[in-house]
Amino acid sequence: MECVLGIACNDFVILASDMTNAHSILVNKQDEDKMFKLSDRLLMAVTGESGDTTQFAEYIEKNIQLYKMRNGYELSPPAAANFTRRNLADSLRSRSPYMVNFLLAGYSERTGPELYWMDYLASMIKTPFATHGYGGMFSIGIMDRYYRPDLTEQEAYDIMKKCVAEIQKRLIINLPNFQVKVLDKNGIHALDVIRSQNLTA
Amino acid sequence: MSILSYNGGCVLAMKGKGCVAIASDRRFGVQTSTLAMDFQRIFEMGPHLYIGLPGLATDTLTVHERLRFRLNLYELRESRKIKPQTFSAMVSNLLYERRFGPYFVEPVIAGLDPVTWEPFISAMDLIGCPNMPEDFVVAGTCAEQLFGMCEALWEPNLEPDDLFETISQALMNAFDRDAISGWGGVVHIIEKDKVTTRMLKTRMD
Repeated sequence: MECVLGIACNDFVILASDMTNAHSILVNKQDEDKMFKLSDRLLMAVTGESGDTTQFAEYIEKNIQLYKMRNGYELSPPAAANFTRRNLADSLRSRSPYMVNFLLAGYSERTGPELYWMDYLASMIKTPFATHGYGGMFSIGIMDRYYRPDLTEQEAYDIMKKCVAEIQKRLIINLPNFQVKVLDKNGIHALDVIRSQNLTA
Repeated sequence: MSILSYNGGCVLAMKGKGCVAIASDRRFGVQTSTLAMDFQRIFEMGPHLYIGLPGLATDTLTVHERLRFRLNLYELRESRKIKPQTFSAMVSNLLYERRFGPYFVEPVIAGLDPVTWEPFISAMDLIGCPNMPEDFVVAGTCAEQLFGMCEALWEPNLEPDDLFETISQALMNAFDRDAISGWGGVVHIIEKDKVTTRMLKTRMD
């Protein structure tokens, strides 16, 4: 029932994720942070089995940091993405696989901003925009329509708002808040949370 | 829901006169949802050796990685480029090792012998049963359609340019009849002195 959205443009990657934490019919909180900062230049928005998400994301985060400590430089986004995929693929045929779907955003001077989509089976694609979840199914068409590689940050945020408006209109499950973070050459910064009351105003 | 048709996709290979061709579609999807139109299913394993891995996308990536590892060790030990027949046996072995928990890919191999330049194609099922015919091999969610198209269009001793036309038409008309294949095509023509890679302009649906 969770939803993550991501758009990669020429200068930045923008990720949005819903903030609802629920167990079956009960909503625990509406301000959950589902994005994990793997490093200054890597951001991961994770959905999936409760517990697996945090465990897997933190495991990857610590290993990324360990590599940096051991070698003195960080893993590039493609290397980090492939490392993550390898871990997920190895866990797939183990006794208890991780049930996580996520978007990995990375920025490096050499390659620029990149967005990787990965599902629980460890299929991976590098793509200009991507989504996960039922909400994602509504959003991907909107991104197809409005995406351009040279979008400004404000324009990309507006596309995210359009997507969230559609999700809140058409998805039966209530997802009132969406957290938005941007990753660019200066690092990660958060934009305003998209809230349902702000959209209708 | 069949595991081999979860992501969709198809690959075929054909023999020609002194050349081989291998082609695939470019769609990556999750059941009915298309997510990428530039997914790579065919991998270069040597200057004249290509393997296509249609099937479950995660296993496409994993088998490619594991195969590249084994092939690199082989080439380090043997100090020579692998023969396509030997490579085919290597792939078959890799798949049969997982006989009771297989990788969900059905490889298609196309290449030229590095010494004699003899064209070689082979295909296998997900547990590594090899098949090395004299004409063409197909695999993927539209395998039946590919069989029909290849049987109709293929003839022996096609020159590289004619082989390109033949394999392209066979691929496109077959995946146009399959909902979960298509969204672009890529064709590699492997000859003794060069490999030509062309992207096909196809119906993007």
